[in-house]
Amino acid sequence: MRLSEQGVPRGGLASPALPRTVANPLAAVSSFIYKTSVIAELEARKLSHDPTELITRAVQPALWLLVFGQVFTRVRAIPTGNLSYLDFMAPGILAQSVLFIAIFYGIAVIWERDLGIIHKFLASPTPRAALVLGKALSAGVRSLSQAIIIYVLALLLGVHLNWNPLALLAVMSVVVIGAAFFSTFSLIIACLVKTRERFMGIGQVLTMPLFFASNAIYPISMMPGWLQVISHLNPLTYEVDALRGLMLVGGAGVYGLGMDLAILLAATVALVLVAAHLYPQVAI
Amino acid sequence: MAILETKELTRRFGETTAVDRLTISIDPGEVFGLLGPNGAGKTTAIKMLTTLLPPTSGEARVGGFDVIRHARDVRRIIGYVPQMLSADGTLTGYENLLIFAKLYDIPRTVRESRVRDALALMGLDDAANKLVRNYSGGMIRRLEIAQSMLHEPCVLFLDEPTVGLDPLARQAVWERIEELRSEFGTTILLTTHYMEEADSLCSRVAIMHVGQVMALGTPAELKASIGGNGATLDQVFVHYAGTELDSGGNYRETFRTRRTARRVG
Repeated sequence: MRLSEQGVPRGGLASPALPRTVANPLAAVSSFIYKTSVIAELEARKLSHDPTELITRAVQPALWLLVFGQVFTRVRAIPTGNLSYLDFMAPGILAQSVLFIAIFYGIAVIWERDLGIIHKFLASPTPRAALVLGKALSAGVRSLSQAIIIYVLALLLGVHLNWNPLALLAVMSVVVIGAAFFSTFSLIIACLVKTRERFMGIGQVLTMPLFFASNAIYPISMMPGWLQVISHLNPLTYEVDALRGLMLVGGAGVYGLGMDLAILLAATVALVLVAAHLYPQVAI
Repeated sequence: MAILETKELTRRFGETTAVDRLTISIDPGEVFGLLGPNGAGKTTAIKMLTTLLPPTSGEARVGGFDVIRHARDVRRIIGYVPQMLSADGTLTGYENLLIFAKLYDIPRTVRESRVRDALALMGLDDAANKLVRNYSGGMIRRLEIAQSMLHEPCVLFLDEPTVGLDPLARQAVWERIEELRSEFGTTILLTTHYMEEADSLCSRVAIMHVGQVMALGTPAELKASIGGNGATLDQVFVHYAGTELDSGGNYRETFRTRRTARRVG
């Protein structure tokens, strides 16, 4: 911003009341982080008033682990290296439950749009990217509750979990990043379709392919060539890969944790930027 | 000395021109009313002035800041209460205010007192820790106004502040608006299609019809302009905004208005 252009308000308005924002990069960054945390706090407060959602959300992953996992462990049809099938799929089911929570996150945005809540946020001096990222991080917080439930179930089923505190911390980070990615993806869809009906349709269509075209419940090496290509483009694959390396005793990812995290982070940043651009159009 | 100015401000949606060359100038401390039937362009005008919608052509300045080039600065100095329900029902009244106090960078040292004062001013102290979903329509509106004035904005935009409220609740909202004007000197731009509202609150009104300003002046001037001794603002409205019953509003808009009315009522 050029100083000359900022100028004094026309018409000699009292300047003390209306100073321009100082464009100090450091202050801008700290303000951005602060605003992001305020949006995340907002969502966390909502959740604290009504946590029932978290419990109902736990049913589906429980069924996958208990029914699907138990049966396929007996079948031994899927080559999972030195891991039992149940061990192999536990990180996949964690990633899946994060995906399912995050992918319908955009419905809240449509709801807030129909009410008019979004308009008020957009008319406030909050950076668009902070609005988007704050929501994404709050989806991460929701997902952490899923992680706890899945850890409890996995423990009961005898999955060989790695309880190293550093590994647990890393699992939490991966879960939050994964949730942030898919909730932002969901938010972008919401910004584009704008109505609940269309959104639900698209959400339903997307979840299963995202889940099955990944390494969540079988290794990619088993897949036909074309599906392997798709799976390698699917960020869920890298989330599962990272979790598989971190959650299990003797577990190892295929691509390496560094690579997994780099891909997830880069994809998340890209989507947040796209979403920040699309978000204001929701109000129109 | 205008605090809000527009010049030939225009917004088109495809073939329709929602706001057509709107040129107004509002002085500090005024309560300015945009009147008109549904679809007259009132909300579109407000959305442009609050930086939510980019104009197709023309320009607008709020507090001296251009709504496009200095959008962030405009956002810092305005307060906005959308027509639709904008308080979050899943939070308490106190939390609704606290979050906005933080988003508007109100310093930590005065944040708590500012929130408490706003609650007190709007008569919501007792309900502060109740979830907003249990509030009455009038309480929600007052909370929304409290939310929009926490940062002591220079200009407050109220889009149909009393739609769907019963007469008592409406009266209470009017009193708060009047207080804001007299105590803080806040400039207020409100839209309404209730004539008595404009008559009792506004220092000047502009009557809009299909995107254009048909008449502009003090309520008294407008009444005089149609020559009627003892003319009501209702008659002025009919005179300038025409009498066609189908002048505006589509299915979606009607759905929204009625649902808002149901939810807040």
